[in-house]
Amino acid sequence: MLRVQGLARSFGGVYAVRDVSLDVADGETRGIIGPNGAGKSTLFNLISGHLAPDQGSTELAGSRIDRLPPHRRAKRGVSIVFQAARIFRHMTVRENVMVGAHLRASAGFPSAVLRLPSHFATERAIRELAEDALARVGLLEWADSNAEALPLGQQRAMQVARAICAGPRLLLLDEPASGLRSQEREQLARVVEELKSTGVTIMLIEHDVAFVSRLADRVTVLDLGSVIAEGTPAEVRADPKVITAYLGAEAEAA
Amino acid sequence: MTQFLMFLINGIAIGCGFALVGSGLVAVYRITGVVNFAQGMFAVVAALSATSFVAMGVWHGLAELMAISVGGLAGLITGVIAVGKRGTQPLTALLVTLAVGFLAYAVEVLIWGENPRSLAGLDGRAELMGVPVQRQYLLVIAVTVVVFVLLWLFFSRTYLGKALTACASNPYAARVVGIDVTRMAFIAFALGGVLGGIAGVLIAPLRPVSFDTDVSLIVGGFAAAIFGGLTRPMMALLGGVLLGITEVMIQAYGNASFATMGSLVFLLVIMIWQATRRPTVHKESV
Repeated sequence: MLRVQGLARSFGGVYAVRDVSLDVADGETRGIIGPNGAGKSTLFNLISGHLAPDQGSTELAGSRIDRLPPHRRAKRGVSIVFQAARIFRHMTVRENVMVGAHLRASAGFPSAVLRLPSHFATERAIRELAEDALARVGLLEWADSNAEALPLGQQRAMQVARAICAGPRLLLLDEPASGLRSQEREQLARVVEELKSTGVTIMLIEHDVAFVSRLADRVTVLDLGSVIAEGTPAEVRADPKVITAYLGAEAEAA
Repeated sequence: MTQFLMFLINGIAIGCGFALVGSGLVAVYRITGVVNFAQGMFAVVAALSATSFVAMGVWHGLAELMAISVGGLAGLITGVIAVGKRGTQPLTALLVTLAVGFLAYAVEVLIWGENPRSLAGLDGRAELMGVPVQRQYLLVIAVTVVVFVLLWLFFSRTYLGKALTACASNPYAARVVGIDVTRMAFIAFALGGVLGGIAGVLIAPLRPVSFDTDVSLIVGGFAAAIFGGLTRPMMALLGGVLLGITEVMIQAYGNASFATMGSLVFLLVIMIWQATRRPTVHKESV
């Protein structure tokens, strides 16, 4: 589904991502872990098109996407949930999620202006889609509140609902569980599992190793902008390089 | 009393003109975050085009519609110049619209000359609540009401209006859901051009229009739009009407030469009041 080759990006001479290559299979859930500053979020921004790479290529389902602007990548099915809450203010939670269905509705752009009845039908369909997505992430009771009023964790859950609404093929989740309580984490994990069962390819950045191990088929470990290990969660946990670079620090702390 | 009512209706009609110019500002700002200083130019171009179309023998009505399309085209061209390059900051785009507005002076003088031109509107007067009112004033009020109701429905009720608003609220997130922010900005400018064009062809029969009329139009339009924090069409309508009534009343009962000053004071007061409130469209740094 996704093939990244030799991707590099530097900021002011410092490499955030340096020669990263990875293959994510169709329908796979890939965990991305690594210490802070390892380049995980930069990698996601390169894949979603919000940052341009200095070098390297990105292919989605066999075609190059690294020259495309973010909205064109979104049309091809790349959806991203940011760690920071990227919300549309002064809109309710439901409206925020409805905007996510833009891709499904944009085919009817002229009809929205000219043919009112069909527009209302589209509008209703989008509303149902949004409510379904909100129910899945457990935010339906918040649907009519102002998006700004939500706690940060819930704002991220709202972004997940917005992403679901777009019907993605590749979903990038940047620390979706941080700031959530254990019950909400459980709900999020179930949403991810459900998406996985419908064939969505997922990439997941997460610090909580137990959370990643439960969901991910394979895990890629980044450190200082480079891939230092890749394999099943069990393989990665046993890798001495990973233990030194990442898990080791935690083990020592504990 | 009759006289007061007459002034009131005249004030409302003139205010509707301001509000229409202001509505274009709202449409562009709400979608792109750009304060479009070429907005008055759209009205001038449409008004002058209408006089030419009529001079060429095009029927009234059709000539005005054609002129409004020219206004839309002017808007689209301005949009392409101002925000066509991806990643242009709203403040940079603001300066570009200002430059386009001045550049347009040269083109307008070249095509239509420097002298003010008039456009025939609806003739005669009608009785409203026992008051004789020029039909053109009534037309201005009626068209304005229709335009604003449509705008309000568009932004607050339709999914597309929400998507367009999303572009200004958070362009970063808008791109994530696949909204082509640049294309939406072009649509916004074209819409601004059409709204400016409507204002232009409606105002031209009430006052002669020349290439530099845009300054007085933009001052009034900006005052109206800022009343609604540049984002709320209905508040812009209210602001425009209040401004129009203020101007006419100063002319009628005070000194006519203070009318423009009155509107500038009005603008200043509202801007100070707005500055003490929270901005209505938040933008997130990328």
